[in-house]
Amino acid sequence: MARAVTANRKMINTAIAWAVGLLIFFPILWTILTSFKTEAQAIASPPIFLGFDWTLENYSIVQERSDYMRFLWNSVIIAGGSTLLGIIIAVPAAWSMAFVPSKRTKDILLWMLSTKMLPAVGVLYPIYLLFINLGLLDSRFGLVMVIMLINLPIIVWMLYTYFREIPGEILEAARMDGATLKEEILYVLTPMAVPGIASTVLLNFILAWNEAFWTLNLTAVDAAPLTAFIASYSSPEGLFFAKLSAASTMAIAPILILGWFSQKQLVRGLTFGAVK
Amino acid sequence: MGRIQLKSVTKSFGDVQVIPPLDLTIEDGEFTVFVGPSGCGKSTLLRLIAGLEDITSGQIEIDGADATEVPPAKRGLAMVFQSYALYPHMSVRKNIAFPLRMAKLEQAEIDSRVEGAAQVLNLTDYLDRRPGQLSGGQRQRVAIGRAIVREPAAFLFDEPLSNLDAALRVGMRLEISELHKRLKTTMIYVTHDQVEAMTMADKIVVLQAGVIEQVGSPLELYHNPRNEFVAGFIGSPKMNFIKGDEAKKHGATTVGIRPEHCDVSKSEGLWKGVVGVSEHLGSDTFIHVHETGLADMLTVRVTGDISANHGDTIFISPQTDQLHRFDAQGLRMP
Amino acid sequence: MATQHSRSAARLMMAPAVILLLGWMLVPLTMTLYFSFKKYLPLRGGDLGWVGFENYVRFVSSSAFWPAVQATLVIVGGVLLITVVLGILLAMLLDQPMWGQGVVRILVIAPFFVMPTVSALVWKNMFMDPVNGLLAHLWRFFGAEPISWLSEASMTSIIMIVSWQWLPFATLILLTAIQSLDSEQLEAAEMDGASPLNRFWHIILPHLSRAITIVILIQTIFLLSIFAEIFVTTGGAFGTRTLTYLIFQRVLESQNVGLGSAGGVYAIILANIVAIFLMRIVGKNLDA
Repeated sequence: MARAVTANRKMINTAIAWAVGLLIFFPILWTILTSFKTEAQAIASPPIFLGFDWTLENYSIVQERSDYMRFLWNSVIIAGGSTLLGIIIAVPAAWSMAFVPSKRTKDILLWMLSTKMLPAVGVLYPIYLLFINLGLLDSRFGLVMVIMLINLPIIVWMLYTYFREIPGEILEAARMDGATLKEEILYVLTPMAVPGIASTVLLNFILAWNEAFWTLNLTAVDAAPLTAFIASYSSPEGLFFAKLSAASTMAIAPILILGWFSQKQLVRGLTFGAVK
Repeated sequence: MGRIQLKSVTKSFGDVQVIPPLDLTIEDGEFTVFVGPSGCGKSTLLRLIAGLEDITSGQIEIDGADATEVPPAKRGLAMVFQSYALYPHMSVRKNIAFPLRMAKLEQAEIDSRVEGAAQVLNLTDYLDRRPGQLSGGQRQRVAIGRAIVREPAAFLFDEPLSNLDAALRVGMRLEISELHKRLKTTMIYVTHDQVEAMTMADKIVVLQAGVIEQVGSPLELYHNPRNEFVAGFIGSPKMNFIKGDEAKKHGATTVGIRPEHCDVSKSEGLWKGVVGVSEHLGSDTFIHVHETGLADMLTVRVTGDISANHGDTIFISPQTDQLHRFDAQGLRMP
Repeated sequence: MATQHSRSAARLMMAPAVILLLGWMLVPLTMTLYFSFKKYLPLRGGDLGWVGFENYVRFVSSSAFWPAVQATLVIVGGVLLITVVLGILLAMLLDQPMWGQGVVRILVIAPFFVMPTVSALVWKNMFMDPVNGLLAHLWRFFGAEPISWLSEASMTSIIMIVSWQWLPFATLILLTAIQSLDSEQLEAAEMDGASPLNRFWHIILPHLSRAITIVILIQTIFLLSIFAEIFVTTGGAFGTRTLTYLIFQRVLESQNVGLGSAGGVYAIILANIVAIFLMRIVGKNLDA
């Protein structure tokens, strides 16, 4: 509002907002804090907030028990691979829809969106069966493909909304200047769309990282990512709070950091461009 | 070289035919202006020539060779867009060099051509800036620079001045005319502004609803408009049109008289009316006259300053040898 | 800008995405439909022949079906109610001038980035454990008897966990919508003598209606298929077996693929009903 707000009012706002913000964030904060406690301190009654002996032993125990790096690596491969593959497939498609629209463009976009609505559980067995027959069960490649496919509609949509903001005249100018289609996309469109492509990559990386239906159902050991690593703490290890916290912190830390960078793009990506 | 020939070219979008069969020849070195009201198909026509749109039927020849199926880049034409369409992520130097890079020219050759173009267009000091850091006029010059380095057979301009403010527009108009005189390359220029058409063109093509109304030099169009539309479109202020009995006296359905071809008097004259608004430009005065019984309003142009107040009675006498007569179809009668 | 050449290039470049998605949709869908008409028990005899609509009838008439539908609706409805109401309040709070707005926004959004398995486990063990959970400590602090959340108040617990995950999403979208409200409108209303409550009711809320619809629809699609949260907390026990979870159990746990597939078809139909509404809204936006 274009009006001076009294310092008093601002102070009250600040106090309330911070209180609410911290309350919502508290479970994460508590998890991170607990990961540095000893098991005894973690279940101490009354709970200890800050005055405990900071230790890193939980992290080393978790690492020893379940080889965190292997799960992390799988997560990186699956999230990164599916996002990269998705972008490579989606950029040309989004170019087509944004710059050479036809009567069917809108239908195709909506249809792509509709595949996103397909409940995973409805096709769980067929996919499971296909994976067994193709030897893809518990393989990173299989998961990369599946996660890429479930996120492909979002990638196409996001790129489409970003591309549409680029004036078509610039691409026509490139065409007049003698650029081939490949050069037009590589030298003109892509550099101009870098911010849009970056946020698409970011958001989809996060979604792929956190995907927990297919990763839990289609992996066992070799390709299991962090979602499975955490699920293995379900019980009875879950009762060891400090180790559970350490494992949780390790699983969410990379994405929490990435997420902070992409919060603005989240809105656009998750509403398929319906809210900017 | 840059002779462009359109032979029975048509263009349809779906079922809508925006350009009915059209023939036109643009001679080498000519400055041709496509002019017409918005939506008349002039930009579409330019894009057909550029190859950015397919023609529906007919043929386009460039220097005698069939170019109908040739992709835009291979037609040897350069285009300056209304929005300039500069590449925002490249410096001015890279923008101008882009077409040369695409043509896989040697770096030394590229550098010298870019330097040359920058000198011609006064852009030497700005070569390392991004388009976002330039003023409208400078961006316009970069767009032109990108076109001239290619040494194209013809330049296509799509309303290039419409995003500039009035003062800059006049300046750029001169620069483009100057450029044409120097390069002697064919230029096709699209505008809705008849002043630009009149001042720049060797040949004006007046378009309406995809149809060529008339082709000719500026003065041909001014003195001998083929029909009512061209007569009304060319010239400012617009020609006055009078229908009814007054026209019948001259054996026509409509007669037209330009504001500058009327004599004005406060005491006597052929037509009597009441002064509405008079616009004083210093050098000229435009007087808008009502209640003449001939048309809603007649506009006359008087050289110098004349005092005519709102509500004054005034007399107008048309210079009969400058009267244009039009028949029922709107065609000019000899 | 479209020439024959660019149009055919466009078709070619769209092909990989379209073909992949078409395959991804049609192949499993056809298989699900195929299995749904079969008696198919992979571990107990495999394909036992066509059974017509028997699986569909059995799935609906099983004692687990209606409770599952009910559980699904309660979870989806509960989470929607909590996230939308709190989301509006939070969005309005975050829109106020304050110090450290950026940091607060990050704090509020953070839960969305937490893996569903992690948030379910953390809540289950560290907060809802009846002995050592933080909530148990809190209850004891106020002299109350700690609750064993996941067995006694299982639905409430699940709704709490899922709401915590989705509140950021609702808040973020509603905040974006609020920020697009022209402040002159509010000032005009203030000049016209509207009280803050009036302004909220007659200006802010109508302005948010579209964003609220989008939040509801998108969340519904995701919530209908929540899985991990139930998988790691109750495992479908204590009345928290949703339709998704029921199908999962039929297919993978009891290996009754025919029955599970019929359930899958129901789930697909249900999701598509929601999807149609979302498509309408998004489609309209596409034209604008």
